[in-house]
Amino acid sequence: MDAIASFLSAYSTTIAIVGINMLLALSVWVTLYAGQLTLGNAAFMAIGAYVAALLGRHLGTAFPLALAAGAITAAALALPLGLTVFRLRGVYLAIATLAFGEVVRVVLLATPITGKGQGLNGIPPKTELWHIYLSVLVVAYVLWRTQGSTVGRAWAAIREDEIAAASQGIAVRRYKLAAFVVGAVVAGWAGGLSAHVTFSIDPNDFAFSKAVQILVFAVVGGIPNVVGPLLGAALLTSLPELLRPLKDARDVFQGLVLLLVIVYLPRGLVTLAQLRRTRELREIGVSDVA
Amino acid sequence: MSLECAGVTKRFGGVVAVSEVDLAVAPGQVFGLIGPNGAGKTTLINLIAGQLRPDGGTIRFEGANVTGLPAHTLTKRGIARTFQGGRVFKGLTAYENVLIGGHTRLRSDLIAALIPLRTRSESVDRERTLALLDRVGLRARAASLAGELAYGDQRRLEIARALASAPHLLILDEPAAGLNPTESAGLRALMRELVAEGLTIILIEHDVRLVMGTCQRVAVLNFGRKIAEGAPLEIQASAAVREAYLGGEDVA
Repeated sequence: MDAIASFLSAYSTTIAIVGINMLLALSVWVTLYAGQLTLGNAAFMAIGAYVAALLGRHLGTAFPLALAAGAITAAALALPLGLTVFRLRGVYLAIATLAFGEVVRVVLLATPITGKGQGLNGIPPKTELWHIYLSVLVVAYVLWRTQGSTVGRAWAAIREDEIAAASQGIAVRRYKLAAFVVGAVVAGWAGGLSAHVTFSIDPNDFAFSKAVQILVFAVVGGIPNVVGPLLGAALLTSLPELLRPLKDARDVFQGLVLLLVIVYLPRGLVTLAQLRRTRELREIGVSDVA
Repeated sequence: MSLECAGVTKRFGGVVAVSEVDLAVAPGQVFGLIGPNGAGKTTLINLIAGQLRPDGGTIRFEGANVTGLPAHTLTKRGIARTFQGGRVFKGLTAYENVLIGGHTRLRSDLIAALIPLRTRSESVDRERTLALLDRVGLRARAASLAGELAYGDQRRLEIARALASAPHLLILDEPAAGLNPTESAGLRALMRELVAEGLTIILIEHDVRLVMGTCQRVAVLNFGRKIAEGAPLEIQASAAVREAYLGGEDVA
């Protein structure tokens, strides 16, 4: 027990960040599962972080309410943004959502109440590890069950072929928007949690590199199911810690891992466990004939 | 009438792809749509099924004006289609393809899915889906990825997927292209069965034998205009149709 306790206290920040990154990876997974490449989740995270921190500081809002307010604000911005940008596809959609991220960052840099370039400091450390991992559990469960529902199948159909999906009676724009807003809620929630772990936030924490990092977690882990983003976030967040003995060679090694995964496991780490097909066979009860 | 088009027109820039086309498709028949390549057949059905919006004219389905409605709404109203060259969801299983085809008939089970430890009552959907796969001879391939199926199987899977929405009007865009004679005969038999069950079919096809053997009425498009309509034998005898396919006398 002592060993566990000392491990937890020594690494609690890393463990917390692993969990937050899992949430962020799940947030971008939703849109990726629906076949949409969006890079706005760092901005939604920023919105959640600032709203939660500011509410706590100025209005003394209770922590869970402040987190919820951050997530809802992110969703409220995602809705009109999604209505606009989902006219675009592929890389154009990615660029448009990235531009939104830049707008958010610049607004944060220019607004007095958000502390401009200095950001916010001295945010109370209200986030406990169990807050984070309970959130991960709930979000992963909800998304996993959604995947197997009519909604998840509609997302998969849109990813495969939008025109064919529409002619199956799927309201494509509405389903894409739903995925985008769900992602924003999760990212906003994760942002609020993270602000109360790191004590201080500033606009550059949520810049382009963060958006890409979130995407990489999900892509390296894999999109076929929710285990992918969890695995990707866990591996890529803990790797720098595990590789600390390598010192300067650390970045090289990390880059190598990324490269190997993308080249040899283009569908992500989860494909290592080729469970998908057998599970499906069992689900539909035709394993005897196939 | 099942479907009525009046003066339907579609322009792409300066090109008039479909020009003032009138059609009337009676329920319970196979209506053939033929014409040389580039005649506007596929554009016309993209207008009917909602992939494109017409620039002019009206489309009525079962009495209601449906001009310019989006594809997903038209599917709910009972229009289903397949695509030229095929557009199955290649990364999903045959079973999933057909299940998604029934999207408009399924109630959203999201809330039910979120309740832990609840076994979902999917058996009705499952039976229906497997029955449709059975109907097109693909039950044994239910768990195969659609992209791994042979071309002819993919085309039949697409028909099963279209049927899953329980349509009143089924539009088949060159369903026999690339099929061997046995498969083509199977397709003909399937169409006859479906019409006997009360379905209306619009068939775009180059295989003349298939068109003449299954259609009660045929319309011929050329350069976006309807140049002839009638029973298959009348069409075969039409001078305008021969000219469209073989060229005018001065050319020949």
